Amino acid sequence: MRKQFEGSDTDAVSSLSLDIAAGSIVALIGPSGCGKTTTLRMINRLIEPTSGRLEINGRDVIQEPVTELRRGIGYVIQQGGLFPHRTVAQNIATVPRTLGWEKGRVIDRVAELAELVGLESEMLDRYPDELSGGQQQRIGVARALAADPPVLLMDEPFGAVDPIVRSRLQDELLSLQQQLHKTIVFVTHDLEEALKLGDRIALLNIGGVLEQYATPDELLRSPANDFVEEFVGDDRGMKRLALRMVSQLAYDRGPVVDIGIPITEAAKAADAHGTDWLGVLRGDAFAGWVRVDDLRNGDALADVPRVRPAAQVTPASTLLSAMELIMTSRTSVAVIDDDGRFGGVVNLDSIRKNLSSEDDS
Amino acid sequence: MSVFGEARNPIIRWEWIIDEWDQIREALVQHLELTLLSVALGSVVAAILSAAALRFRMLATPVTGFTGFLYTIPSVALFGLLVPYFGLSRLTAVLPLAAYTLLILVTNTLAGFAAVPDAVRDAANGMGLTPTRRVLEVELPLALPYIIAGLRIAVVSTVGLVTVASIIGQGGLGSLILDGLQRTFWTPMTIGAVLSIVMALVLDGAIFALGRLVTPWSNRARST
Repeated sequence: MRKQFEGSDTDAVSSLSLDIAAGSIVALIGPSGCGKTTTLRMINRLIEPTSGRLEINGRDVIQEPVTELRRGIGYVIQQGGLFPHRTVAQNIATVPRTLGWEKGRVIDRVAELAELVGLESEMLDRYPDELSGGQQQRIGVARALAADPPVLLMDEPFGAVDPIVRSRLQDELLSLQQQLHKTIVFVTHDLEEALKLGDRIALLNIGGVLEQYATPDELLRSPANDFVEEFVGDDRGMKRLALRMVSQLAYDRGPVVDIGIPITEAAKAADAHGTDWLGVLRGDAFAGWVRVDDLRNGDALADVPRVRPAAQVTPASTLLSAMELIMTSRTSVAVIDDDGRFGGVVNLDSIRKNLSSEDDS
Repeated sequence: MSVFGEARNPIIRWEWIIDEWDQIREALVQHLELTLLSVALGSVVAAILSAAALRFRMLATPVTGFTGFLYTIPSVALFGLLVPYFGLSRLTAVLPLAAYTLLILVTNTLAGFAAVPDAVRDAANGMGLTPTRRVLEVELPLALPYIIAGLRIAVVSTVGLVTVASIIGQGGLGSLILDGLQRTFWTPMTIGAVLSIVMALVLDGAIFALGRLVTPWSNRARST
């Protein structure tokens, strides 16, 4: 697609071609003037492309009546763009009402969506200005989803809320997406947000030039050129750590022994791994760390002082948080799942190995 | 004896009110009719002019310029100007009065539409509302507080101006005032002035209340 605005010599977006997989989230990101918002708005034709094709499910939609196209595409903008004169319920019901749904069906759908995005039912009769920014954003998402469109466009959806609320809304969107499998295209100027939410990231440069279109990991691991490298920053290794989870590591069980074994056996196990710390298990459960120096013949292993809570992470922790623990604790880091079962140990070596491998998320 | 004036010509002589009650009531009704007719006509014309200015951007400046020009014409001159065409008729009174409401009504209507947040307009388009529905269901309601504020000013100023229309014999409270002035008899003048003020206040309050009723969202305080 190409867009050249009237009275401008240069293209706002030049020969941009993007294939977006159904059911995936794509982030459009880039510096100001890169045409990311223009690109988004060409998808629902709030901006008509100067030339080019736009296909949704193989159907060329440039020929379709524009209002009908838009009713089939959810649209979320900063602060929701809610109608201040309509109650929350009326806002959510906008597209179904436009489509002429019968009243009962609209009411049911509104209640369903309110629950989906976590709005209490008593809020439905309030006006948007009576609610917080985070709640308004949820209403905006509910309104966009009202007629169950397969495609969702979001223009800096979380730009106007504070960082804590933003992070929560991002998590909510991801869990919504687990259930709904929409095709979502969103614009952001926040690289962290793009990395966190996007299955793929389209990094645009001034004039709508596509510099790289890749998964977050690929973007950080192998930037296509200097522009991309500079855009993602010097700490792209650390950013990759934040994208990966401990469960993706090939961690081993490490120097870990059962609490019932003789102390001499325990000392041997530590020797074999070359560490001065030992993990102690009681059955499947992690019981803590002991220092090899504290092991004395004749004592039962259970009587040796144990450090607990030990440095531990869950399989869902990011490698970044695991690494932080490794840096600040003197032991290895134990992976303990939600049921308290011991999974293995994580150390710098296993993280380093993982980073050098291809994206396997 | 009155504390307000000489014994022979007090500011108000209560028995006159009772004696002339029918005349006062007639003047009051005429005044109200002239006011409402003028504002109604002004509103219709203002709506058409505003719609044209909103639809065709290049009309906005000529339209506001024209209504501003009308507003500058002295009212007495404008009444006099129309007498040759429409005689001493009600039309001669209503046309200028309606013309004077245009500036404030058109200006406020345009300001109201201009104040609709871009994000809201964008969202309406993005959700596939047709332009007509967008204007009627989203922009107009959001412009209402401005339009209503304009209407209040228009009504209050028209109530005052109607008193001037009495010079072309259309009655109203102005005729009481004129009568009092000509006879140097203060009572009808006081009555006419006081009732005119009261009418302006009452109509203003009524439109204000109506405005609150039709814009319920603007009354609720932000809770967070």
